[in-house]
Amino acid sequence: MSAPAKLPRWAEFGLLPLINLAVALVVAGVIIKILGESPLAAFKLMATGALGTQEGIGYTLYYATNFIFTGLAVAVAYHAGLFNIGAEGQAYIGGLGTGLVCLYLGTWPFWVVLPLAVLAGAIFGAAWAFIPAWLQARRGSHIVITTIMFNFIAAALMTYLLVNVLIKPGQQSPETREFSTNAVMPAAHELFDKMGITVVATPLNLAFGLALVAAVGVWIFIWRTRWGFALRVAGANSAAAVYAGISPPRIIVGAMLISGALAGGLGLNELMGSQHRILMDFPSGAGFVGIAVALMGRNQPVGIVVAAVLFGALYQGGSQLSFDMPKINRDMVVVIQGLVILLCGAMENVFRAPLTALFARVRSGKGIE
Amino acid sequence: METYTLIVLLLAATIRVATPLLLAAMAGLFSERSGVIDLGLEGKMLGAAFAAAAVSATTGSVWLGLGAGILTAVALALVIGYACITHRGNQVVAGMAVTIMVVGLGPTLGLAWFNLGGQTPQLDGAGQRFTGILWPWAETAREVPLPGLLYAELLSGQNLLVYFAAALVPFSAWIFYRTRFGLRLRAVGENPHAVDTAGISVNGLRYQAVIISGVLCGFAGTYLSTAASSGFVRDMTAGKGYLALAALIFGKWKPWPTLGACLLFAFTDALATRLQGVALPVVGVVPVQFILALPYVLTVLLLAGFVGQAVAPKAIGVPYSKEK
Repeated sequence: MSAPAKLPRWAEFGLLPLINLAVALVVAGVIIKILGESPLAAFKLMATGALGTQEGIGYTLYYATNFIFTGLAVAVAYHAGLFNIGAEGQAYIGGLGTGLVCLYLGTWPFWVVLPLAVLAGAIFGAAWAFIPAWLQARRGSHIVITTIMFNFIAAALMTYLLVNVLIKPGQQSPETREFSTNAVMPAAHELFDKMGITVVATPLNLAFGLALVAAVGVWIFIWRTRWGFALRVAGANSAAAVYAGISPPRIIVGAMLISGALAGGLGLNELMGSQHRILMDFPSGAGFVGIAVALMGRNQPVGIVVAAVLFGALYQGGSQLSFDMPKINRDMVVVIQGLVILLCGAMENVFRAPLTALFARVRSGKGIE
Repeated sequence: METYTLIVLLLAATIRVATPLLLAAMAGLFSERSGVIDLGLEGKMLGAAFAAAAVSATTGSVWLGLGAGILTAVALALVIGYACITHRGNQVVAGMAVTIMVVGLGPTLGLAWFNLGGQTPQLDGAGQRFTGILWPWAETAREVPLPGLLYAELLSGQNLLVYFAAALVPFSAWIFYRTRFGLRLRAVGENPHAVDTAGISVNGLRYQAVIISGVLCGFAGTYLSTAASSGFVRDMTAGKGYLALAALIFGKWKPWPTLGACLLFAFTDALATRLQGVALPVVGVVPVQFILALPYVLTVLLLAGFVGQAVAPKAIGVPYSKEK
């Protein structure tokens, strides 16, 4: 095999993900057809449900906020050559940190609570990522397996804490008491209200802004700092990294700490922004959506934000779909998510090779026969 | 006597939990020894569980259900094979993708076909489930205290798939260590270039391995929906695929130790159910969650090299290309 020719940037970061998404949607369409509904009508319903109304857009961006955090988490680890399947658990434990600040320091003024909550979420998330990272760096334990195990351990730990320790006394369901109003993230419609613009109330909140800030931060970190460069070198070629005086174990631990901290941001949106209490399984799979988002966004912050909004739209559109088409439920969205991971991640070569050949042919002036 | 009965019942529960785990772990064993990481265990099992329950419910035959379960799991295994073996895709990503897809697909198809909120109908007709096979004189033997109870509760009364799973361990060990196919399979997971040099197709062997994994996942999933329970419910594997993966690693990628790991993990599960809210001497009430998390903690400790050393097949996770 000759050395694979490179695709132009617009094809690599735009065309290829779009082709993958299109194929995923075609397969999903076939499934919808098998279910006895019209695929086109279904996709139209999803699109209008997600983007057709103010409410739809609000929910779409609210879901996207979670996915930006987890997508960035997966991407930072990926740049260091690590596959972090543990974003789910890190988000769960990170949210615990945020939640504890809101529960016990929640009466302090909001502008004091907010940085503390961000910090606690990041520290808790990073701490949960630290053990698998350290084990990979120092003991060679396969990080994919250990992060999976840590997802389950996190779930067990949180169940224990919610059932036995943090539960609001005198109630059945394992949830904490509600945060005090100072510890609640300002909702988007309230912020717009202050500017004199009236919009429909949705769970969209300030955390979306924080997620965008995190995306910019990750971009600067990965592409504009020495540390980010070292991380990319170690991820691309650890032997070369050692020659350049970079210590791969330190990179592994550092990258995973950042990854866990980013995943920990989920609690800001989900708990402070929407639920206002700690409850069971609040990440509800966002850690795994993060994998799809990172793969589709090609691990670039801009791509991740776009992919996260797209998945937010899928989630919001999916709930709309289940209202209007009784034969289809929200699980259809999970199918599409799996297809996107399969096509963008595992099967990327299937589409890249012919596309690369096509571009090479066009470039050499032969044209398409 | 009282304690003895309790122990036997605990062991019986262990066997029930261990069976799907063992089937899935053996499935993973074939795939991983050939060099293909099997993160799709959970998905293949779940897909098979759905297909088996759906077909058994519509046709009334659990055997057709088993066939459908196997076909579904093999089809999913071939998707992974196509992505990872033919197109050298990332094996971890492929397994995750298939699992997530099936998590959504089961309830989606279930809702459309049966209109029961994503479940399949209850399997209560004759021949729709795998039920316990009573061995001769089991009821009489129950009266004989020690060996009798063991005979009646453990050996007798299990369903066919349990015996199949039990027989699978020596059979797999024989395949791996006593047959030419097994030798080649192990070789392709350690050093595919050597296998290739010997004129044997690396991809062909790996495809055979993932298909075997699919077949066994088919049995595991069928067990879940038609033997352990009566029908498919959403997310019914509940992480058992990953637990099987952990057992496989804990068993150091070898058949007999993997059996040991499955029994250990299943025992902790059975114990957790028994100890719910029971105060033990000295330690008091042990939180169930801690016992349930034990298999995962143990696996991490093993991977860290704190309790023995687990050495993975050398070529695991590396797509094979002739040129390198």
